[in-house]
Amino acid sequence: MMRKKMILMIGASSLGIILCFAASLAFGSRNISLDTVLHTLLAGGSSFESRVIRERIPRTVFSILAGASLGVSGALMQAITRNPVADPSILGVNTGASLFVVSGIAFFHINSASEYIWFALAGAAVTAIFVYRIGSMGYGGATPIKLALAGTATSAALSSLVSAVILPRTEVMNAFRFWQVGSVSGATWDGIRIIAPFLAAGLLMGIFLASALNAMALGDDVATGLGVRTGVVRLIGALAGVLLCGATTALAGPIGFVGLMIPHTMRLLCGADMRLVVPMSAIGGAILLTTSDILGRLIGTPGELEAGIVTAFIGAPVLVSIAMRAKVRSL
Amino acid sequence: MTKKNHYVEEGFRKRKNRFITVTFLLAVFVLMLSIAMLYLGNTRYSLSVIVRVLMGEQIQGASFSIRTLRYPRMLAGIMAGMAFGMAGSTFQTMLRNPLASPDIIGITSGSSVAAVFFILVLEVNTTVASIASILAGLLVACLIYVLSRGASFSGGKMILIGIGIQAMLNAVISYLLLRANQYDVPAALRWLSGSLNGIQSKDMAGLFWTVWIFGGLLFLLGRQLKILELGEHSAITLGLRTDQTRVLLVMCAVFLIAVATSVTGPISFVAFLSGPIAGWLAGKGISTILPAGLTGAVMVLLADIIGQYAFDTRFPVGIITGILGAPYLIYLLIRMNKSGGAA
Repeated sequence: MMRKKMILMIGASSLGIILCFAASLAFGSRNISLDTVLHTLLAGGSSFESRVIRERIPRTVFSILAGASLGVSGALMQAITRNPVADPSILGVNTGASLFVVSGIAFFHINSASEYIWFALAGAAVTAIFVYRIGSMGYGGATPIKLALAGTATSAALSSLVSAVILPRTEVMNAFRFWQVGSVSGATWDGIRIIAPFLAAGLLMGIFLASALNAMALGDDVATGLGVRTGVVRLIGALAGVLLCGATTALAGPIGFVGLMIPHTMRLLCGADMRLVVPMSAIGGAILLTTSDILGRLIGTPGELEAGIVTAFIGAPVLVSIAMRAKVRSL
Repeated sequence: MTKKNHYVEEGFRKRKNRFITVTFLLAVFVLMLSIAMLYLGNTRYSLSVIVRVLMGEQIQGASFSIRTLRYPRMLAGIMAGMAFGMAGSTFQTMLRNPLASPDIIGITSGSSVAAVFFILVLEVNTTVASIASILAGLLVACLIYVLSRGASFSGGKMILIGIGIQAMLNAVISYLLLRANQYDVPAALRWLSGSLNGIQSKDMAGLFWTVWIFGGLLFLLGRQLKILELGEHSAITLGLRTDQTRVLLVMCAVFLIAVATSVTGPISFVAFLSGPIAGWLAGKGISTILPAGLTGAVMVLLADIIGQYAFDTRFPVGIITGILGAPYLIYLLIRMNKSGGAA
């Protein structure tokens, strides 16, 4: 039964990804028929429309990868912190990555994606640990409200520092203004090639951890009794989560809320089994981010609405509804 | 019995004395910083010149730089600081949570969105923008309140919902800024973190009267606010019309926040930090509205002076308050988490 359901769900959602992929190549400020898309993909071509399609391929591939990474990152963070609002944007991880990247650009004159990524990863890791430490102090450990407040406060503080770094440097400012919104439009094959190993490592770690995380959902004591080394699992889970969202942020800028809403939706759809939730979060995240990007292109014609703005609009109501449903005591 | 009364009275008098001393000292501090704001700059004028210019005398050069540039800037700093400080302190006291300040729960962002939209996109004057940002602030406040009521109202729920709403509103601000004129960087920064740059006297009238009227009203309501802080049941028992009082307080606070935001942008952390600092300075027992307002003014003026003169680059005031405020904020979070009072 379990296996059947799993195959069915993964099959259906993979079909969804293929549809998204095709739609992302077809729609934009100039819409192209699906026939032409298919023809170009299979046989190539040198017409204007074929060139447009080839321009759209990297961003589509990237939005699928980034969405999958953010979805899994959110699922892992929620599982290891056992907290429904753990998400890269809420934990302030994105702002931490921004600060490090901007400082790198301003003080160390880094200028390529392969250098951005190390700064972004370092920033993401430092901020995540810091916020989690502050949020989990005191009675009750890391409750959603304490974690969310610690994250918001830290991001507010860090974004002041970001402004202080970029303000005297106009050229950094202009690049940053666009990076800050979170968009997949700047993706290139080179960029994808650089972050791909990080994403692959993070995704694999996530999938391997899934059954240990299932045990940990029963509580640390039970998990230890079942032979799970909770400390190691937490550490690897956090590492994977930070790798995934840090690498994505380095290329796309902060894209919020994908990691928050996708795991919740997936748990509603297919239950609490992490072996199913992790891969499904990857697929769901890919579909969500690609759809957001397509929507942004359609709404913003002739320009485009950045994917980060679209996901914030879809995701904030999800956070509100989690808050409304949560029991008062757990807040 | 009489001896006990004596102790109570003496305690009361002590607290009152401390309150008056602190308020007085804060006012003196604001005055000193204001004079420094008028004095510092590319050209420094002597005190007598400053006084003569303010009295209305025309002096070559000095009149322009003091009356047109420095005086409005100083006044905006004081008024915006007062407005943010008083409004923030009102929300914190009313919701009985030092983290429930309007800039954390999204009300300031609501006002900012409206102000950005009307000023950068529709390019209307400040009066219209102020009115729009008041309405937007009230709307967001209502929305958060309604959403967080549900079966049972809780401050924690309200804060979490506010953070969600704020994320959405910030996305709107980012979008509007991207679509605004690319070279309008100063304006962009004002709406991200607040700035006193380029404020003119004509923008000030609305803020000035708002602070006097609604700030005054909040000051008069200080007693009711203290009673409200005791909790719903005690307040009703003491004969307070809690709902009316709460609506009145929220209205005043949102007016202050919204008008100040439409002039200076959302200056980070001032609303958040003024109340706790003022409470710490002035002690418990008496409403901290007035000291909170003065603390806000001190923070804004001091941060603006630092931002203008301490570095090679001139930083807008909001960046300085953000950086200076951050460690205190984190300290506050740690302390509250340790004592278990956050939720």
